[in-house]
Amino acid sequence: MNNYLLSITFLAINWSNVIIATLVVAAIGLIIGIMLGIAALKLDFAVDTRELEVRELLPGVNCGACGYAGCDALAKAIAQEEAPSDACPVANSATHKLIADLMGQVVEEREPQLAYVNCAGTCEKAKDKYEYHGLLDCKAAMLVPGEGHKSCSFGCLGFGSCVNVCAFDAIHIIDGIALVDEEKCTACGMCVAECPKDLIELVPKRSEYFVTCISTAKGKDVRTVCSAGCIGCRLCVKACEYDAIDFNNNLAKIDYDKCVNCGECAKVCPVKVIKIVTA
Amino acid sequence: MKELLIITIGAALVNNVVLNQFLGLCPFLGVSKKSETAAGMSGAVIFVMTIASAFTSIIYKYILVKTSLEYMQTIVFILVIAALVQVVELFLKKFSPSLYESLGVYLPLITTNCAVLGVALINAQKDYGILTSIVSGLATAIGFTLAILIMAGIRERIEFNDIPESVQGSPIVLITAGLMAIAFAGFAGLV
Repeated sequence: MNNYLLSITFLAINWSNVIIATLVVAAIGLIIGIMLGIAALKLDFAVDTRELEVRELLPGVNCGACGYAGCDALAKAIAQEEAPSDACPVANSATHKLIADLMGQVVEEREPQLAYVNCAGTCEKAKDKYEYHGLLDCKAAMLVPGEGHKSCSFGCLGFGSCVNVCAFDAIHIIDGIALVDEEKCTACGMCVAECPKDLIELVPKRSEYFVTCISTAKGKDVRTVCSAGCIGCRLCVKACEYDAIDFNNNLAKIDYDKCVNCGECAKVCPVKVIKIVTA
Repeated sequence: MKELLIITIGAALVNNVVLNQFLGLCPFLGVSKKSETAAGMSGAVIFVMTIASAFTSIIYKYILVKTSLEYMQTIVFILVIAALVQVVELFLKKFSPSLYESLGVYLPLITTNCAVLGVALINAQKDYGILTSIVSGLATAIGFTLAILIMAGIRERIEFNDIPESVQGSPIVLITAGLMAIAFAGFAGLV
């Protein structure tokens, strides 16, 4: 009985329909598959994995010092060769080398740099013209007559605009003036751009002697407002055997390319404005 | 022309794909948190639905009907839509990277969207021609866009409201969707 029923059901299936259905759907599938394959080949293009790899190498702090919106944007620009492979000012030269290798470019090794604040007028050394009770921001203080409360119109105001822009916690206000933490500084240059007094500059990391003043006022005027300012006595210029000190507008300035860190200038400086910073 | 207009209004408003036929609810609930993403999703749906309607109606009319295999439509349509989205994706990537980027992840997401398959099946069911199918697909996608954009707008405002704890999150969204469906039921009888 069971066998009889089974054979009935078996026979009741219209086998030609099943085969046609299978074949038609299989054919549609096959055609679509082939078309997809052809499309994939024709429309294929190399996906740029370099962008991701460059992004991996970049520091990832998104400080914006490179001028792009962040590390992602810079990675894209480098991968598309719109930016040089050493465009990141924060990354060290080893990283630049890795990125350049990745991009098949050659970069010259850059000398490691540091930000340096050219003011030594701490609270006790530099005098104030008046008491300032405004917004605690260097740029705001600059708008007040006399360009800030400090008697020396060149000096660091000490409200820490540079501190606010530093993405690395590498600059702090100590004793009323900004001071760079050499360990943390990456020479990204954000503070250099921020300082309304243009006090901060990028200097070679190997340099040890700095004229820590940018006052072009005459020696007597400098003396009356700050005991740590360059008075323009020219003693250092004479002491330097390497012609590494430029003297302009009553201000000595060390040429870091020529300086060999001999220290003669610091020895003769009567106001001790030539600071020694040993790394 | 009149017929196409009727189909358009019918598909977009009266038989709204989300609020009347309850198709495509996953993106309707999933990507309606922000108007921006909702707009991106809508763009991709409009794009895919229109093209899918055209292709599926061609295949239905010239292959499935001819071989009297109409009952295989679901399987074939899924196959066609999935493959189509892949090709469109490749095509966009190559020739219009900006459009590809703006559609982003939504394009592959709607490969298996039931609304897209639903439109293809409805087109077949109602025995629409190729042009009518395309119009119907476009109109359905516009209906989807309407529903999801309204939903996104409401949800953005709901964020700031004091909602009872028991219906926070998805429940309030579903209640909103229900109220919207009731509102859209007001279009019934328009066509």
